[in-house]
Amino acid sequence: MTDNSNNIYDVIIVGGGHNGLVCAAYLAKAGKKVVVLESNNQVGGGAVTSELSYGKKVSSCAHYLNQLNGKVSKDLNLSRHGLKMAATDVSTIALDVGGDHLYLTKNNASGGGMTQSETDAYKSFMSLIREYAKTLGFLADIPPIDIFNLDWDNKVAALKLGWKLRFGLGAEKMSEFLRMIGMNINDVLNDEFENEKLKGALSFDAVLGTHTGPYSSGNFLTFLYRFASGNSGALDIPEGGMGAVTAAMAKAAIAFGAEIRVGARVGSINVENCAISGVTLEGGEELRSNIVASNANMKTTVFDMVGTKHFEADFVKRVVDIRMRGATAKLHIALRGLPDFKGVAQSELHNRLVIAPTQDDVERAFNHVKYGEVSPSPMMEISIPSLVDSTLAENGHVLSATIQYAPYNLKGGWTDQAKADFLEICIDRIAQYAPDIRDQIEHAELLTPKDIEERFGMIGGNWHHGELTLDQMMMLRPVPEASRYALPLGGLYICGAGAHPGGGVMGAAGRNAAQAILKGEAS
Amino acid sequence: MTSQVDKDHWRSAVKYTPFYNKMKEHDYVNEWHRWAEYTVPTVLENTTFEYFAIRNAASLFDITPMSKYRIKGPEALDFMNRLLPRDMKKLKIGRVAYTVWCDDEGMVIDDGTVFRVAEDEYLLCAQERQLEILKRNAIGFEVEYGEVTDDIAALSFQGPVTCKILKNMGLKDVETMKMFDLRFFDFPGGEIMVSRSGYTGDLGYEIWTKNDQAEPLWDAIFEAGKDYNIRPIGGNALEIARVEAGLIAAGSDFLPANEAVRPGHAKSPYELGLGWLVKLDKGVVFNGRRALTKEKKNGSRYRFVKLDVEGNKTACNAYLFDKENGKNIGYVSSTAWAPSAKKNIALGFVDMPHGKVGDEVWAEIYYQKELKWNRRWAKCTVMKDPAWNPPRKTLTPPGDF
Repeated sequence: MTDNSNNIYDVIIVGGGHNGLVCAAYLAKAGKKVVVLESNNQVGGGAVTSELSYGKKVSSCAHYLNQLNGKVSKDLNLSRHGLKMAATDVSTIALDVGGDHLYLTKNNASGGGMTQSETDAYKSFMSLIREYAKTLGFLADIPPIDIFNLDWDNKVAALKLGWKLRFGLGAEKMSEFLRMIGMNINDVLNDEFENEKLKGALSFDAVLGTHTGPYSSGNFLTFLYRFASGNSGALDIPEGGMGAVTAAMAKAAIAFGAEIRVGARVGSINVENCAISGVTLEGGEELRSNIVASNANMKTTVFDMVGTKHFEADFVKRVVDIRMRGATAKLHIALRGLPDFKGVAQSELHNRLVIAPTQDDVERAFNHVKYGEVSPSPMMEISIPSLVDSTLAENGHVLSATIQYAPYNLKGGWTDQAKADFLEICIDRIAQYAPDIRDQIEHAELLTPKDIEERFGMIGGNWHHGELTLDQMMMLRPVPEASRYALPLGGLYICGAGAHPGGGVMGAAGRNAAQAILKGEAS
Repeated sequence: MTSQVDKDHWRSAVKYTPFYNKMKEHDYVNEWHRWAEYTVPTVLENTTFEYFAIRNAASLFDITPMSKYRIKGPEALDFMNRLLPRDMKKLKIGRVAYTVWCDDEGMVIDDGTVFRVAEDEYLLCAQERQLEILKRNAIGFEVEYGEVTDDIAALSFQGPVTCKILKNMGLKDVETMKMFDLRFFDFPGGEIMVSRSGYTGDLGYEIWTKNDQAEPLWDAIFEAGKDYNIRPIGGNALEIARVEAGLIAAGSDFLPANEAVRPGHAKSPYELGLGWLVKLDKGVVFNGRRALTKEKKNGSRYRFVKLDVEGNKTACNAYLFDKENGKNIGYVSSTAWAPSAKKNIALGFVDMPHGKVGDEVWAEIYYQKELKWNRRWAKCTVMKDPAWNPPRKTLTPPGDF
């Protein structure tokens, strides 16, 4: 260990995921001496592009950019640092096994047996959703309101929320909003629509990345949240995959003066006399700082990096109790050529393809995961990004699919055989819609929730570092004592998706954490 | 480490301590009550006689129902140091400490005694059940913990002649034990543990044994003390002694924080007059540290007071006022006529900044006379010390009678 001022920082950021990079950029911009320590050999966390096979790359975890915080994007000037969109606001095609697909855009629906009156219902439903999202949207932008310490900012936010609800929405819509906010997506959709394909596709959006089925309570809010943050629900595909987003963030952070070290795995976050004193890397190198912002998972931070003895017991218990059940697998396929999805023109294949025929199908797929089994007939979201982004494949194409549902704790464990079996199930499932898919496969890779945990440090394989449900949102996220980014240990902050506003590539948590650090907030 | 569960436990909601049959031989009035799951005597013969056995001779009180836990492992010290606000590095092997423990908000969950029996082993003795508290505290610590309430029979042996009796019993050098010392002594069936501790504010010992040693121990004490008027006692006599000694009781003077539902109904160590137990600067995190640091800086809500109450009517459940017919500033939580101090006393709480030593507060006392209710105002003076705090409590060696 060398002890010179090179090893002393104003803030050390543990983990170079998108939020860690954003946090670093804001802090560096404010003149702080910041270092980001990333254990992998590239930054990005869950927003990375990795090689799938020779000449083919794919976004290995998140694959759509739909929630990036607008302010973050602007403040960090991400476009100047190389962020380009290969496609914006892609539409959704809800696949029908008979070829009568349903086409969904932001404000129109066609095909799939939609009647005119139902299309109208879809339009007015989506406009209501956007109105609700606008009401809530600002909450996903700011730190959670601190109801125990209502300072000026908190009072303004609380008034703003009240004002928006009562006068923005108006009395009738506000009462409708309050009726709906705790509902499950199944009840909401059954109130609004008849068309099973439409309900299936919309319910899929509510359960995507969660451990819920359409009948599970509270997931209307999860659905709404997709629209409330960042991009108002529009799905963009960044050129170069999701890794390009974090690469731009890293460039921005470096431009502001932050230091980024890859291959630097933090072994421990150190505590001296009940306050943060720095970190020790796994190799033994020690870096000193009175402030550490952890972009790692909350449980990893508390249990593995700091150690429970430095926290009070009720807090530790609450951290134990954070639900982080992943139920989503990721499938990557290197393709020789485009598969033939029955009834979908090649020119339409760049859109998002969804397999979620009916709500009951989604629920049936979910049933298995509750008991540690994979869905025998899984639901999925398929993207072929190489159609809009030639940088991803020198020849052929890459397919990236998000699969609902696969349990984290599979009965009998995720053995090689179990993985191979589930991969077959997934490919069979795609083959129901694209019968020639097997002929096109060069190589396929399946990431189970267990793999996602190992590769991206997402405990439980949960994308959001803590399930995004009402009891784990806002001032309850990740636990009340840490909802304003400062943990109850002097100098320790969290800046990742485990904090408000949560998972998805938003960057808001990183920015809010940076602001909390700059303000010197304590838990 | 958990004890063997009696599979027939559900057949009866009442447990009998290993001393039950022995106590029953001294029972004249059949007044028993429930303590944890056990049945224990309220009075065996006469409360006054039993009280004076504590102060003037030797008393035996069955404390088997106390909740007892064994904590063991390489990180036992770190575990205890995080659980308790005291600096546990200072508690050496063979010593006992009185302590409270708090939740994260710095509110007291319970008070009790902690025994350091080995480098890596402690016993924790509490009024209320603590297994759930220990469970959450053990997360991430290399310790084992388990409830041993039913595995250890225990007697509190209190009074001025207790040391002499233990010496007669053959407990070598017991007179050299200082207050809060802990030692093991040979006894048929295996070592027994003796601590110089108690809940009476007097000279006394607590004796901890295996269940099958309970009756032989009882007999040995009576044999050794046959000339010293030993008396088994019930809870009523002990209650008078502990109030006289100014000692608080969970459930009477404070509500365990984990049972308090309403905000503001739990109390901090400072508010219980136990600030001396809190070592904010011990250098490691302990439960309640942040909240107690704030409280120390910003002030407490309540002050614990020991009151000398004018007149002879005990201030049972009385409200406290700043002056006669004045503003309500608090309440009384425990009362007694203190026979040795010859004082009418009360323990209670007043809002800050009232209740400094020497201050006067007023109690509005309701009392019954031949079933008719009467009311009286009584001036109370805040005492500095407990009504009963004799030198013999800590004198080593104790008097030889």
